[in-house]
Amino acid sequence: MSNDHELRVSKIRHGTVIDHVRAGQALNVLAILGIDGGDGEEVSVGINVPSDRLARKDIVKVEDRELSQDEVDVLSLIAPDASINIVREYEVVEKHRVERPDAVEGVLSCPNPGCITTGGEPVTSQFEVLEDGVRCAYCGTITREEIASLIDT
Amino acid sequence: MRHEHLITSKQLSRADIETVLDHAAAIDADPEIVAGRHAGTLLGLLFFEPSTRTKMSFETAMKRLGGDVVDMGSVDSSSVKKGETLADTVRVIDGYTDALVLRHPKQGAATMASEFVDVPLLNAGDGAGHHPTQTLLDLYTIRENAGLDDLTIGIMGDLKYGRTVHSLAYALTNFDAHQHFISPQSLRLPREVVYDLHQAGDGAGVREHETLEEILPSLDVLYVTRIQRERFPDENEYQQIAGEYQIDLETLSVAGDELTVMHPLPRVDEIASEIDDTEYAAYFEQAHNGVPVRMALLDLLLESNGGDTGE
Repeated sequence: MSNDHELRVSKIRHGTVIDHVRAGQALNVLAILGIDGGDGEEVSVGINVPSDRLARKDIVKVEDRELSQDEVDVLSLIAPDASINIVREYEVVEKHRVERPDAVEGVLSCPNPGCITTGGEPVTSQFEVLEDGVRCAYCGTITREEIASLIDT
Repeated sequence: MRHEHLITSKQLSRADIETVLDHAAAIDADPEIVAGRHAGTLLGLLFFEPSTRTKMSFETAMKRLGGDVVDMGSVDSSSVKKGETLADTVRVIDGYTDALVLRHPKQGAATMASEFVDVPLLNAGDGAGHHPTQTLLDLYTIRENAGLDDLTIGIMGDLKYGRTVHSLAYALTNFDAHQHFISPQSLRLPREVVYDLHQAGDGAGVREHETLEEILPSLDVLYVTRIQRERFPDENEYQQIAGEYQIDLETLSVAGDELTVMHPLPRVDEIASEIDDTEYAAYFEQAHNGVPVRMALLDLLLESNGGDTGE
């Protein structure tokens, strides 16, 4: 079974493997990381692959890039179960779970059209991270579902 | 009381509120105690939305304290018309004045604006968000008429977009108040407000209803707001529910004798004029209270932020 997985998503030499992403969120993970292939990044993505822990999961492998803690924190909003594996010379040298930050800045757009952050002002979006959602620091709007749709791409 | 800016009533502790209300009561009893106290102080009025009571009561309050106001005027006659951002506007006027009062149609406008100014900024209404100075005069009126502890209050109307409602609900969590929210389903309190009320540990004191009838006999205060016809995509839907949220003497026949009826105004048809001359009506008194309360607030804020009190 694991060989089968490896065939689906090939090993990387250097970089980051983001494993145990909730099924269907892989492309949003790439959006959060600002990866669209335009800069020549080498990315492998597995979507809806079998998982013992999640039944189905997504997996993202990014060649030649090690994620910063800020990036990992933000990932936690849409992939709270994810594990981050830093790979060097095909070996996992670091492995850790994501942790939810208290706040994120400049990553999400407020869904409230009446919010000042949607009005062309020189303001960076800020969201407080709640136990089960996020809250705009300016207008107070709480979003619990579809946080991925708020990602500022 | 020491706050750089007043953005939301969530900032206010019970002690803060009582300090303002006590000072307002003293000013109400004898306006001379603060007359001329802030001579030379300039208050900037930035109203990006129409306002009568809030704007004029701030202007009156500042002038009665011996200071003066500079007024941006209407949006149509300002640089906003040329596309200037709010951030730029407040940065400029910040340099002219000792304090700013801002009303803006966008939620969170006051929070953002406060990041760009050095002088105290008072939120005079930000879209459907907050209106903390209205709340202070509401609390003053409630205290005068019914007291603030062991209070049972019904708040009825457009609870979704009503910024005065949100601010009042937050402030009342400082007191032993039972809050009943009465509205059509489509205009219920925003979930973030309900979340905050529960976070404040006031979940047990908050109830939501669709009709006034069941709760009216137990109320000490009924706070009515306008159900805005323009919020309904379908006129028929509005017509169906509108009557449920209008009160007249017949409606109040089951109310307690001591009921106080309030409204932040302007009203349209939600309170029949036949109530105006009864003991129930406190809405014009409520509007008049805007001046002593805003005098008290300005006096305390300007003093705590190093203003010249002339003493």
